[in-house]
Amino acid sequence: MEIVMAAVIGILFMCATYLMLSKSILRIIIGTSLLSHGAHLLILTMGGLKGGSVPLLGEGANSYADPLPQALILTAIVISFGVTSFLLVLAYRTYQELGTDDMEQLKGNDTHE
Amino acid sequence: MSNLVFMPVLWPLLTGIILVFFSKQPRIQRILSTISFLIGIWISGVLIYSVHNLGVMTLEVGSWSAPFGIVIVADMLAVLLVLTTNLIVTAILFYSFRSIGKERESFYYYPMLQFLIVGVNGAFLTGDIFNLFVFFEVMLMASYVLLVLGGTRPQLRESLKYIIVNVLSSAFFVIAVAFLYSAAGTLNMAQLSQRIAEAGQPGIFSVIAVCLLIVFGLKGAIFPLFFWLPGSYYVPPIPVIALFGALLTKVGIYAIFRTYTVIFYHDQGFTHQLLMGLSILTIIAGVIGALAYWDVKKIILYNIVIAVGVITYGISLMNEAAIGGAIFYIIHDMLIKAALFLLIGMMIKASGTADLRKMGGLIQQNPYLAWTYFIAAISLAGIPPFSGFTGKLLILQGAVEADSYIGFAVILLSSLMVLYSVFKIFMYGFWGKPSETLLQVKEKDWALFIPAAALTGLSVIYGVGTEAVYPYISQAVDTLLDPQIYIDAVLKE
Repeated sequence: MEIVMAAVIGILFMCATYLMLSKSILRIIIGTSLLSHGAHLLILTMGGLKGGSVPLLGEGANSYADPLPQALILTAIVISFGVTSFLLVLAYRTYQELGTDDMEQLKGNDTHE
Repeated sequence: MSNLVFMPVLWPLLTGIILVFFSKQPRIQRILSTISFLIGIWISGVLIYSVHNLGVMTLEVGSWSAPFGIVIVADMLAVLLVLTTNLIVTAILFYSFRSIGKERESFYYYPMLQFLIVGVNGAFLTGDIFNLFVFFEVMLMASYVLLVLGGTRPQLRESLKYIIVNVLSSAFFVIAVAFLYSAAGTLNMAQLSQRIAEAGQPGIFSVIAVCLLIVFGLKGAIFPLFFWLPGSYYVPPIPVIALFGALLTKVGIYAIFRTYTVIFYHDQGFTHQLLMGLSILTIIAGVIGALAYWDVKKIILYNIVIAVGVITYGISLMNEAAIGGAIFYIIHDMLIKAALFLLIGMMIKASGTADLRKMGGLIQQNPYLAWTYFIAAISLAGIPPFSGFTGKLLILQGAVEADSYIGFAVILLSSLMVLYSVFKIFMYGFWGKPSETLLQVKEKDWALFIPAAALTGLSVIYGVGTEAVYPYISQAVDTLLDPQIYIDAVLKE
């Protein structure tokens, strides 16, 4: 199971890298979301995917899934939500002000605006 | 009483939350921020005093014992950096009163300043690697807002790049934490150190160490990963540049300090040699940038990169002299970089341009500024009575002890080039005929000058009072070179 997950996460990272190297801002932001999906799945996989009950004491099971990676992922998810929404609004503002979403046209220095 | 350890984080957090409610009343925000940072200095002073007397202080958050709960660890290095941070941010706060402008003031500038300090102090004090990630994000979120606040076109353009780079490095951090958890089964730094020592650091831990080096290198701007810094740090207003230049990169370096001395120190032939090679290249790249530009901000920005290289080189040597030198140098560099940015901010304001070729003759208009800049410049280069000297001397001594003569030569030559680059600013900006763009202002701007001069004065005191400061530094070195002190303090065995 871990092998399959590792391969899937690898593909996610590959897609993310490819998208982040493209010109359009929106593609880059989609790339960053795929990257964080990959990272979150990686935490889950690295915590171990052995069988076991959900980590709720009321279940009364013999063994439970590791609760720590789930807490880490939950934290990482909300952080990446916050950053992604900020990034999306920033991209929108940049499009309004500079009139382009092409990263090639967003270089240059301050002497020629 | 042991809650004192966490006060440098809680105090600005509380103030920041209160300030959000007064966003349209700049006067209240100014008064509250001033009081808050002055109390912050006092708290960190008390903390240094107690750590000096009692040794490493820890706080188990929520009374869960150490490897299971989050633990806040105040060792000497952390509290020294917390005090430096508070001193710098207070000076920058006073500088902002006059220079940041009404617009930014009424759009959460001061709360963001507080939240940035929450992140920075938290990153210095935490003893848990995932908690370090969270405090990094607190710091970065505040820095995104401070960078883009104002919304001019260059700011929008560069913040986009800065955020994308940092999102990438944060994802890398999460990945490294996942691997670390899988390999060691814990996220507490002390227990990590213990478990890696038991396993003798097999290959997987060296891979994770390099992964973390990439993450912290992206935050701290070491050689192949510094490309984002000169563009992004160029665009915000001067107080924000000073804040970023003095604090943000140094948090990355502090994390390298922590991970490479306390956790991954068993396979130095690989990890520390890599760090050494990268540091030397960082110094060279920074020197090339500092010599190439005629723009005052660009010159000082590339000087940040040089200093980062010098400090990480000190870490990579792993002997007492070099680590002591690196700690001495990081504090000096935080103070002097903040002072230099504030001073060149005044230069740019008086000249109406950042281009050295259009400046000139500022010394006739403002001799105080000129001579303060002169002192800051020679401190940066490391002329003996001033603060840059002791740190570099100790790092060079460490390099000789470790037979690392290439690094030795590179650091000495880089000092010469640093001196050349900052004196280029002095000679073209202050000497010569007054240029046409020089504004004919009669009154001198004391509200801007005093914070900058205060920081320069602090660094002079720091340099002259080396004897008084050294006991604290050597205590910090002891904890770094003997992780057992750290582990015993945290795990209480």
